[in-house]
Amino acid sequence: MARITLSKLAHSYVKDPKSDKDYALRELNHEWEDGAAYALLGPSGCGKSTLLNIISGIVTPSHGRILFDDIDVTFEDTTDRNIAQVFQFPVVYDTMTVQQNLEFPLKNRGKDAKYIAQRVASIARSIQVEDILHKKARGLSADQKQKISLGRGMVREDVNAILFDEPLTVIDPHMKWELRTQLKALHKELKHTMIFVTHDQTEALTFADKVVVMNVGEVVQIGTPQELFEKPAHTFVGYFIGSPGMNILDVEISGNQAKLFDANVELTQNYSGLKGKLELGIRPEFMTLCEEGQGIKIEITRIEDVAHHKIVRARYDNKDINIIVQEDVVITKTMNNMTFDMSKVNIYENSWLVEGEKI
Amino acid sequence: MKKTVNQKAWFLVLPVLLLVGFSAVIPLMTVVNYSIQDTFGNNQFFPVGLEWFEEILHSERIHDALGRQVLFTSIIMAIEIPLGIYIALQMPKSGIWASVCLVLISLPLLIPWNVVGTIWQIFARTDIGLLGHTVAAMGIDYNYSQDILSAWITIIVMDVWHWTSLVVLLCYAGLQSIPSAYYQAAKIDQASRWNVFRYIELPKMMGVLLIAALLRFMDSFMIYTEPMVLTGGGPGNATTFLSIDLVKMAIGQFDLGPAAAFSLMYFLVILLVSWVFFTVMSNIDKEEG
Repeated sequence: MARITLSKLAHSYVKDPKSDKDYALRELNHEWEDGAAYALLGPSGCGKSTLLNIISGIVTPSHGRILFDDIDVTFEDTTDRNIAQVFQFPVVYDTMTVQQNLEFPLKNRGKDAKYIAQRVASIARSIQVEDILHKKARGLSADQKQKISLGRGMVREDVNAILFDEPLTVIDPHMKWELRTQLKALHKELKHTMIFVTHDQTEALTFADKVVVMNVGEVVQIGTPQELFEKPAHTFVGYFIGSPGMNILDVEISGNQAKLFDANVELTQNYSGLKGKLELGIRPEFMTLCEEGQGIKIEITRIEDVAHHKIVRARYDNKDINIIVQEDVVITKTMNNMTFDMSKVNIYENSWLVEGEKI
Repeated sequence: MKKTVNQKAWFLVLPVLLLVGFSAVIPLMTVVNYSIQDTFGNNQFFPVGLEWFEEILHSERIHDALGRQVLFTSIIMAIEIPLGIYIALQMPKSGIWASVCLVLISLPLLIPWNVVGTIWQIFARTDIGLLGHTVAAMGIDYNYSQDILSAWITIIVMDVWHWTSLVVLLCYAGLQSIPSAYYQAAKIDQASRWNVFRYIELPKMMGVLLIAALLRFMDSFMIYTEPMVLTGGGPGNATTFLSIDLVKMAIGQFDLGPAAAFSLMYFLVILLVSWVFFTVMSNIDKEEG
């Protein structure tokens, strides 16, 4: 197990990158703590796979360094990095039995038979495949195969990190949840550094201690699931995380007074020296729908009942907004005003979060 | 589910029955017809029962031809299958050189069979052929028209040159379909080159290899044109394979009855071996599953 340090790391598939656009991954400094579970979250093509491939050694970065503990491995081959990877679709050795699959990495490293038997038995117990150890891997279901390819990584005690490249893509929905829970339990038990690439926010938020959100080649925020939810550092994070995402409204601010399209609200913090384009972000969870005259008038377009709550779709200032309403609330015709929980409001300058001074 | 009964539907099968009848059954029946009759000429035939079949089964000449045929097929398959796999593994996976290799490899497959025979017939001549002359000049006693070993080696080299490409192309297609993640996983597991071949490439190629082996078996077991052009079955009868012998019997000696019986048994042998081969191979496939 190891701490992974990315130092001024950047990658471009173009030979002579000139502008930011030429970079698949923009400059990045980060330390992945030993034994933590991370998720790399972002839409398709945001550079998360590039980052994962750099860590695993498939791609050599065009700029910067990557260190395992204090050893520079930037130019080292995958074979020498001692990492494990679980791929998007299950990679198992079809003609081998489950047991042979699990033994394979240890045998190749010339470990002695007694040690191999003991490791395989222990991993088989952890990933719950003891009853199928003597079956050929070919006939197994996708989720069992994924477990085996995970087991092949974990069977090595000294593995530096386990990388997951959207490993639940081909798994049936009901098995996804179970596998994710097992993964989480395995992480607690074995304390490997785990990096989990996904574009599914539920997967990221339930699996990881810390989530790295990426967009167009750039890391926009690294934080705990709660931080990402309450204090998104960028409007992209606010929008991308949450279902539905954060509402973003144009705003003018002086001091603690915020002027929306046709209403004024009082902020809990003082802001000064703001120059760029200003926006106010508020999550649908922190908004309330109320009677006419009690808040800001909106135009409701649709109400969706999604079992445990209702989503009110509405228009304000020519923008779509969403409000989450508890299921037991009866929405009448005259309930067409909104109010915010002002302590949960975030202010963004040129899309980046700005903090004011406490009043 | 309740099915509608409509006997008129049988008419829909009729076109297929007619087609199969004219293309396969009727021609085959004429052969069956010859195989149980004899003639003294004047287009007068009389039935002889299974006499021809008995004669062919006990004919030393046919036994020898069958022996040569089995030997030939075994040798060329033992060479072409491993060689084809090896060449496919060495070929570049992508880029301009992959295309160049594919075109060059495919060339022998595009040459008409009798032209292949002619090419090698001239190429291997000791007086004017580049290969034959060079080998002879090196002091090796080589002459495919007089020496049995030379004739066999020439025919085998010719067949390997002509048909290994087919195995290469099929294996190459099989290899191309392996996702790169498998190789990546093998690297992570520190698998040796041999293990990558044994546990990733070979299992993924099994399907196409089965087809390649089956095609090579059938084609080589029926080979006629190339050895006919190259050696004409000689020296003596040394390269007289089943097809060559059959043609000699049917057209050379005009023994229609024995030739017909021979054809039928020849056909059944190929059918049987192909069936056994296919069943065994697909069962191995299933067992592993």
